[in-house]
Amino acid sequence: MGKVDLFPGVNRRDFIKTCMTVSAMLGLPFGMVSKVAAAAQKSDTRPAVIWLHFQECTGCSESLLRSSHPTIANLILDMISLDYHETLMAGSGHQAEKSLHDSMTANKGKYILVVEGAIPTKDNGIYCKVGGKTALESLRKAAEGATAIISIGTCASYGGIQSVGPNPTGAVGVRDIIKDKPIINIPGCPPNPYNFLSTVLYYVTFNKLPDLDNLGRPKFAYGRKIHEHCERRAHFDAGRFAKSYGDPTHAEGYCLYKLGCKGPATYANCSVVRFNDGVAWPVGIGHPCIGCTEPDLLFKTAIADKVQIHEPTPFDSYAPVDLKDKGKGPHPLTTGVIGLAAGAAIGVGAMMAKKLPDGPDKGDDHGKTE
Amino acid sequence: MSHDEFQKHNAKILTPSFVVLLTLTVIGFALIAVRFIWGLGAVSNMSDGYPWGIWITYDVAVGTAIACGGYAMAILIYIRNKMHYHPMIRSAILTSVFGYGLAGFSVMVDVGRPWNSYNFFIPSKWQANSAMFEVALCVMAYTNVLLLEFLPAVLVTLEKTEWRTLQRFMDMLHQRTGIKRPERMDERLDSVKELAAWLKPRLDKVLIFVIVLGITLPTMHQSSLGSLLLIASTKLHPLWHTGFLPLLFLINCMYIGYSIAILESVISSYAFKRPFETRELSGVANIIPWLTVIWLSVVIGDLAWRGQLAAALSFDFYSCFFLLDFSLVAVGSLLLFSGRKRQSVRWLFISAALIVLGGALYRFNVYLIGFNPGKGWHYFPALAELLITVGIVAFEILGYQVLVKILPVLPKLHTREQLDVRQGLAEKA
Repeated sequence: MGKVDLFPGVNRRDFIKTCMTVSAMLGLPFGMVSKVAAAAQKSDTRPAVIWLHFQECTGCSESLLRSSHPTIANLILDMISLDYHETLMAGSGHQAEKSLHDSMTANKGKYILVVEGAIPTKDNGIYCKVGGKTALESLRKAAEGATAIISIGTCASYGGIQSVGPNPTGAVGVRDIIKDKPIINIPGCPPNPYNFLSTVLYYVTFNKLPDLDNLGRPKFAYGRKIHEHCERRAHFDAGRFAKSYGDPTHAEGYCLYKLGCKGPATYANCSVVRFNDGVAWPVGIGHPCIGCTEPDLLFKTAIADKVQIHEPTPFDSYAPVDLKDKGKGPHPLTTGVIGLAAGAAIGVGAMMAKKLPDGPDKGDDHGKTE
Repeated sequence: MSHDEFQKHNAKILTPSFVVLLTLTVIGFALIAVRFIWGLGAVSNMSDGYPWGIWITYDVAVGTAIACGGYAMAILIYIRNKMHYHPMIRSAILTSVFGYGLAGFSVMVDVGRPWNSYNFFIPSKWQANSAMFEVALCVMAYTNVLLLEFLPAVLVTLEKTEWRTLQRFMDMLHQRTGIKRPERMDERLDSVKELAAWLKPRLDKVLIFVIVLGITLPTMHQSSLGSLLLIASTKLHPLWHTGFLPLLFLINCMYIGYSIAILESVISSYAFKRPFETRELSGVANIIPWLTVIWLSVVIGDLAWRGQLAAALSFDFYSCFFLLDFSLVAVGSLLLFSGRKRQSVRWLFISAALIVLGGALYRFNVYLIGFNPGKGWHYFPALAELLITVGIVAFEILGYQVLVKILPVLPKLHTREQLDVRQGLAEKA
């Protein structure tokens, strides 16, 4: 690596590795790797991507760039033709606007529109303007020629923190405005960059959208709960919970459910794919999941609130450790009464046996004792 | 089979024992009312660990075994064709009617949500693989069969009745309050008599099928009562948990049935001041030891096969109860091997009592004493819970006591000698 290169060339080994990773994550058979690689390699089929930023923190883009896999950021730029991205592009001002306009015209009906951030709708959407156009206008215009829209991050998917009551700007997600285009939601705050990349490559390879759940999330990434593959699950099943932050139980790595972990209600693959090149993720470093992929959890419930566990797969109760006496034992009155009655019955029986004739009854000795 | 073999017992109905039993019955049924108003917890000590208590153990498991007198006698009379025991059948069946009817009633008291029980009559809701279902179906069916078996006694009475009590009551009502007796009352009463007379010969014709059912059904559900505990393999003590439970329960109910027939006959002869039916009783007593020997051998053999003999002799809590039920049955049947003791009313009574106690204790052991749902659980019946059982048992005895005095149930006294004895006893009393 003698020369300084802003976008160093990707060697074949890394390229195939990435394609394989992506194929595996998508749950595709091994043979599909070459197909993915072929699709990603063809420079003329690189899909044009237009990336719009609205009400957001750029966290999703940052996450994408900071993913420490050595080549991933570059791959994104090489495998797709990122024609417009306000954070990443070199151009600015009218030049930038022109490239946006050119790309939209040249790739009409073919480009993928990526939206990051919520869209304010109140007062004709004046609360977010780029290049003199409101977010609402930009989105509608860009969506017109898009083949599909990817809403990256929770803000673009559902409105995110901007949309939390009282929602002064009337912020909403893309799906609340655009109704006539296929929309893929990649929620998360931020979402895992691999989920985004896999979705894009799936689309590039097969020219169709991946299977989506009822919230528009690709099922390969959001099909299971975090809780199902959590590394702390064994502690949950055994009933070992961290009591508070910094507590020895917390230091021991016990389950964070009682600290408010939303893992049991949150559909995402964080516990498997993780962040920072698969090294760390919030629950792994001791913070409960905040449910950022779920529209009803993030910013809607307090971090310390516990979620209801509806499907406790292996156990719904724990083997009691301290056995208390349960049920009611004998009461002195009852045993007394039973004793008296049993005694009386035996007595009566014995007396009767004594009075009964010892021998075949001839009739005349009935009632006599012998 | 003749209806002339039976007679009603001519005696006063209102006796001191009647009052005592009636009191116990009223207390028991008042507590049942409490149970239905304030729920199971108000009267019972049952819990999640012990979802069945004394009601199922005594009223159902033991109660139906004691009510197997009718079953055991039916096998003896109709299967083994010993018709000279036929005079004993009606009182045995009457006890069975009460035993089974009230066992079913106890289940309704015991179940937590009795309002769901209508589902039982909807075939689409049946779980045909359940032993519990089989028991419920058989107990219900058998109660009806027993009623049919007992029906001739009612029909014969209806046929011959002159409605004296009713006539006297209507007269009294007329004198006291001036209410006139309804027009055509005699006519209607006559038509009831005619109906009874019409039904009786027809019932006699089909009665044998009813009797066949009456022998099949208990064979099915008595073994199922044992099968019920098969699934509790981790809860029932290994002394009692065995694949032979259904067989053991079946034999157990037979020897309890014969023993209770003896006890019943001795006690009612004693109480009603009638001569003892020693000849029939010793004949029945002849069967019991064979049944108990088979039963005891299966128990021992099974314990040896499962390697639990040491546990049986370890003299801990469970072992003591096992040895108690085992030795009660063993001693009781040992006595009956002696021909002289089988001729003695006293020894018949003692051995039958021991066997009934031992057999009933066996069922208690399986259903309650040997049953341990897990560490920490306790159960002992509450006083109110016991009083409900006592009330139900009192109601059984009360019903028997009253019905033998208004229906021909007890064996007819045949010979002049027997009649003289009866006369003499009555005068002495």
